[in-house]
Amino acid sequence: MGKLKYALYTGCTARESTPELLKSTLAVAEALDIELVLLDEATCCGASHLQDFDDFLSLVLNARNICYAEKLELPMVTICNTCQLNTSLTKERLDNDEELKNKVNEKLREVGLEYKGTSEVKHFLYALIDDLGVEEIGKKVKKPLTDINWAAFYGCHNIRPSELQMHNNGGENPYNPTSIDELIKVLGGNNVDYDHKNKCCGFHVELQAPNTANKLSASALTDAIDNNADAVVTPCPLCHLRLDVQQHNISKAAGREVHIPIFHLPQMIGLALGIEPEKLGINHHVTEVDFIN
Amino acid sequence: MEELAKKRLKFKVFRFNAETDYLPHYDEIELEVAQDEVVLDILNRIKWEHDGTLSYRRSCRHGICGSCAIKVNGKPVLSCKERVFDLVKIFGEELVLDPQDKKRAYKDFVIDKSNFWEKYNGVKPYLIAEIDEHPESENIIPPKEADKIEDADYCIQCGNCFYACPVVEVNEEYFGPAAFVKAYRFTADVRDNAKKERLEIVDKIGPGVWDCVKCFECAEACPKELSPITKITHLHNQIFEEGVAKNNVAVRHAVGFKHSIKKHGILDEGELVRYSEGNFGVLKHLPEAIAMFKKGKIVPPWKMPKSKNLDEVKKLIKSSSTKKF
Repeated sequence: MGKLKYALYTGCTARESTPELLKSTLAVAEALDIELVLLDEATCCGASHLQDFDDFLSLVLNARNICYAEKLELPMVTICNTCQLNTSLTKERLDNDEELKNKVNEKLREVGLEYKGTSEVKHFLYALIDDLGVEEIGKKVKKPLTDINWAAFYGCHNIRPSELQMHNNGGENPYNPTSIDELIKVLGGNNVDYDHKNKCCGFHVELQAPNTANKLSASALTDAIDNNADAVVTPCPLCHLRLDVQQHNISKAAGREVHIPIFHLPQMIGLALGIEPEKLGINHHVTEVDFIN
Repeated sequence: MEELAKKRLKFKVFRFNAETDYLPHYDEIELEVAQDEVVLDILNRIKWEHDGTLSYRRSCRHGICGSCAIKVNGKPVLSCKERVFDLVKIFGEELVLDPQDKKRAYKDFVIDKSNFWEKYNGVKPYLIAEIDEHPESENIIPPKEADKIEDADYCIQCGNCFYACPVVEVNEEYFGPAAFVKAYRFTADVRDNAKKERLEIVDKIGPGVWDCVKCFECAEACPKELSPITKITHLHNQIFEEGVAKNNVAVRHAVGFKHSIKKHGILDEGELVRYSEGNFGVLKHLPEAIAMFKKGKIVPPWKMPKSKNLDEVKKLIKSSSTKKF
């Protein structure tokens, strides 16, 4: 197997409110000998909101992002579930509708670009699992996550709609996803089985419906805690922002104290690979990580 | 003829009688199940061969009446359509059969579906038009216009999307996906005269489309594969097209992405919150902002990163924008 190489679409949060996600992704890729080329030209994907206002504009901007991966002749990896949704949804619509693709390309050509449909789009999690393999990762474990109970929180847009994502996520079933749980086991940790692992955190209505968002997050975190989780791990920075930053509001919605550290997926992998917590940006968390030294 | 594969499976069956029981319980039963059996076959076999008191709704047996919808291991299914062997592939050899909403159970799988119908009726689920009963010629609708309704007309009101929606669970006034599909079925109908009226109804913060969390549970749950969330997106678009959109936090949030992308390419998170909430509204986020700032999670305006080739992005926004607010 040659060296794995991808175009990395960082999304916005990894460059702003979750710098630890970008740090840990790059650190883990280096440790696993994966080459990531940053797509510095890429814009925001619209975060599943822009298309509510202007669907066509959202398609053009997402297609432009993919163009830059195509120019490098590399598959694109995302590190945010919602980037994954908007990018792959754009790709699917353009690849299956010649007329729409032509309309989008008409605009892109004005700036010297063309969307072809030659780059795959998958989340970093599934690049690791499907292209590298869980066993390969297991071979590089230096500090097994022994005696830590991890609750995997999958995040909606990596697993739903399954009709779209099944081509990018190794056929993960949205009602019983297993990939992160498998990864936890290979890293030497205990995976927590709980009902809310495939549920919604409510991030997308945080501004207009904070009560809804807090109640959904509360259901998820109390379920994880009640099943003895020491930490939650998620592949989505939006879930992370909600669950890590908002625990004081989530506690109010839950009617009880909710305190549990939330990890980004590459942070958990990085710990097991023996990377210094500092390099994984553990110090950027609002909810303190109190069990790692 | 080749014999069908069989498996011995364990079923945990939800039992509750609102008239006599304080709490529900589960009956356990092991059955030999053949490859071609659907969930409804199992419910029938339990009722006919083991316990005649088991109650559930069923009618057409052909996936069109929508009455036999239940949940298996949390997955919404139409009992008459879902093969048991397909569920075993996902969940293994122990299957838990639950009603669509345990809190609303009257008797076993028979639930009180009045909340579903109340929301459904709330969007005026009928054509509002002045019909000439004696027209001189046929009223022809070109296929291009009819196509706009997409598949929204195929909803069988089974309630799978409604009882799978996490917002319905926590917000009693929320219309839910099925009602939105029905609203769209008429807002996309050229014959209908109440497009704006319906859009005003679904535009309200609280009950309306702005409270959708975009989880895609509805798309996953629909046995007719109608993708309710796609209709919700269409409703959002129509709200802008018809000038129904109000200047509120949810609308500014959707529009704010365009402004931010135009300025930086990538999103200016802080500015998006300020733009959405307004200069005073944004103050309520101060505790989180301070906590984030302390942890290096807030980029100051003078350090705000920009996408490379930003002039390209600006040109595209100018040439490709199709909506105004």
